[in-house]
Amino acid sequence: MSSSLLLAAAGEVGGDFFKERTSDTLPCQAKPNEPFCFDWARENIDRFGTPTVQHLELVVISVLIGFAIAFAIALFAHRRSWLQPPLLAATGVLYTIPSIAFFFLLLPVTGIGKDTAIIALAAYTLQIIYRNTMLGLANVPASTKDAARGMGYTDRQILWRVELPLAIPEIVAGLRVAIVSTIAIATLAVFIGGGGLGTQIYGGGNLTFPTSVFIALAIVLLMAMVFHVALLVAQRFLTPWRKARVA
Amino acid sequence: MSALQLPLGSFGGAIEFIFSEQTSNVTGGAKVGGLEQAVELALKQLEVTALALAVALVLALPLGLYLGHKGKGELVLVGLANAGRALPELALIALVAALIGIGLVPVTLALAVLGIPPIISNAYVGVRQVDPAAVEAARGMGMGELAIIRKVELPLAISTVMGGIRGATIAILATATIAPLAGVETLGDYIINASIYGDDGRLAGAILVALLALSLEGLLALLQRRLTSDGLKVKTV
Amino acid sequence: MRTHQTRLRVLLAAIAALALTLAVAACGSSDDSTTSGSTEGGAGAIQSNPDNGKVSLTIGSKNFPEQEILGEIYAQALTAAGYKVKSALNLGSETVAQKAVKTGQISGYPEYASTALTSFFGLEPEEVPADATEAWEKANEEFEKEGLEAFEPTPFASANAVGTTTETAKKYDLKTVSDLEGVSEKLSLYGSPECRQRIDCLAGLESLYGLKFKSFTPVDIGLRYTVLEKGQADLSILFTTDPQLSAESDKFVILEDDKEVFPAGNVIFVTTQKVAEEAGPDYEETILQVQEGLDLKVMQELDARVELEKETPKAAAKAYLESAGYIGS
Repeated sequence: MSSSLLLAAAGEVGGDFFKERTSDTLPCQAKPNEPFCFDWARENIDRFGTPTVQHLELVVISVLIGFAIAFAIALFAHRRSWLQPPLLAATGVLYTIPSIAFFFLLLPVTGIGKDTAIIALAAYTLQIIYRNTMLGLANVPASTKDAARGMGYTDRQILWRVELPLAIPEIVAGLRVAIVSTIAIATLAVFIGGGGLGTQIYGGGNLTFPTSVFIALAIVLLMAMVFHVALLVAQRFLTPWRKARVA
Repeated sequence: MSALQLPLGSFGGAIEFIFSEQTSNVTGGAKVGGLEQAVELALKQLEVTALALAVALVLALPLGLYLGHKGKGELVLVGLANAGRALPELALIALVAALIGIGLVPVTLALAVLGIPPIISNAYVGVRQVDPAAVEAARGMGMGELAIIRKVELPLAISTVMGGIRGATIAILATATIAPLAGVETLGDYIINASIYGDDGRLAGAILVALLALSLEGLLALLQRRLTSDGLKVKTV
Repeated sequence: MRTHQTRLRVLLAAIAALALTLAVAACGSSDDSTTSGSTEGGAGAIQSNPDNGKVSLTIGSKNFPEQEILGEIYAQALTAAGYKVKSALNLGSETVAQKAVKTGQISGYPEYASTALTSFFGLEPEEVPADATEAWEKANEEFEKEGLEAFEPTPFASANAVGTTTETAKKYDLKTVSDLEGVSEKLSLYGSPECRQRIDCLAGLESLYGLKFKSFTPVDIGLRYTVLEKGQADLSILFTTDPQLSAESDKFVILEDDKEVFPAGNVIFVTTQKVAEEAGPDYEETILQVQEGLDLKVMQELDARVELEKETPKAAAKAYLESAGYIGS
């Protein structure tokens, strides 16, 4: 334990380092009740860059994983109706557990960080995607399937060439709801060290700084809108024979 | 084998935390944990959930039924439903805490806001899906519009309406978990203020919140089934 | 029939490509790594030592702005000295931070000597030495028994304080904490969640001042002035280094701690003996060097920049290090 008092000259800050502050000269962001401080927002908007990218990453990866799993189990359960109620119940359980609780249930196993967040977020999307896929497949008219069978299609061909294409509107609708919900919930990832826009809402004194919260909120809503519209467009692109359904 | 033991050990510690009071690992050696505290926080969470749900029902249900009956406002309601899903609860709680205030009343209002979109849009959709013939028949029998909503459309739409109420309840309960940020101490306190309760307490909180949500959802599902008259019981997907 | 199959595949491929691109981009964009090493500054500048490059350090902090500023100052200074530094600020309260050091999650964090003595080592507030060096020595004695080590203290000290609005103080004629006797039953107190159990907080107010309050509501530290301003709290636990106390002295006031239940604590950097050894002499030297400029005025200015002007702790720390000549600009 060295005595380190013989170092280079002690630092002294320049005289212009200090600022006089009185109640009336406080800037907008120093006042606790100010709903929005435009100047601060303008000067500090780059603070939101990395959290936005983190947020996008969380959402896209979680939804892709969730979709892959839910789609796969829906296909598996398609002709095995005995599987459907338990699968619906299981995905329902994962949906019902509040995400923040889910994070901390996973914590002992997967630790802090964005991986835990991704697992929980993906689990949340399973029910909506599974249910919508099943709904879409169930809505295919029996007559259409019979016609296909009459033309000599195998079960597998019917699934991929008849049932799934007709189920696309429901599936994409489910995907749309899943993405929008995940964009909102991913803000909670801050609690488990997963980054994202939640850091500008809860971390580092932002909880009491409405300007930062509003900006984060605006970005979240904008993101949701962009994905919502993109998926509506995708839905139309994939099903040119019918108007896109409003979910 | 040992990779599995670590999580199991944590869960053991959490279970113990729920049932027996322990000395906090924070200074002062105050007591935390135990069944009494858990029940108290759980009841608080249910209380604020119930209050918010009541407010949301009063505001959203009659309006949703009426709009469905009239067939008006579909675009707005669809937009509202989508917006409701996109609204991050953390931002809502933070804004309420900073701009309105902390405590039961502001938090209840914030939670009610979350509950309105599912209730109103499901009420609308449920009524729209009622067989028009039934409505015509009732009108032919001389029933007034309000009576038609109450005695014909609502019972026929009850399954969908209950679905909306279920969704609203779960969304409200989930957000009530982070209500401690705005001064309302619910089970989420174990998670958010883990510095007082310790890692065991935090895991205990997560377990209790999950159990509470699942129980409530189960009860509501049962209620939904009881309320749906047998003639309408479609095999739900 | 084939067209929508192909379209479906195109869409899935596009989504996959998008996801991949985002993943790569996000992995490329950094997490909170501190700024790179500096150019030559003035006479007091930190010298970069290439030997330190083999040592990785993680600097932590507790969960309020002053702590995050200190964490950033140390992290940036150590980076300038040539270490590989990561920051893990905003960990939580003192128990969380302490655990993080002991388990090796972080290399070290800034703690208040008074908090260490009362919260970790069970001293009563009156046993906390008023002299900064004495307090540090006492804390260090205890830390060493646990394989930890505390570096020498900063010039500034901070303490908890019972604060209120100037109106409330005038209404009940409150100048010291003892003036609350007989009045406190009508007043609500707001403080951090861990305040209930801390002897230099609610526990001490109840046992050592003998005060009973109408209610105690735990709130996030960041809300301690908001609740006073909004009239929700009659009393709130504040810090003596808070910038609001000087900038808004017409609105807020703290009551004098006449029974000395809230000992002031200078900041001592707590680390493990193991890390201190492995990191070499520059570890302690850099930290001690860079905190010499942290007197009360400077700390309050830094707190003001972060809490009032909403600058990031990183920016405030950098401004301090540059203005004091520790790193070149």
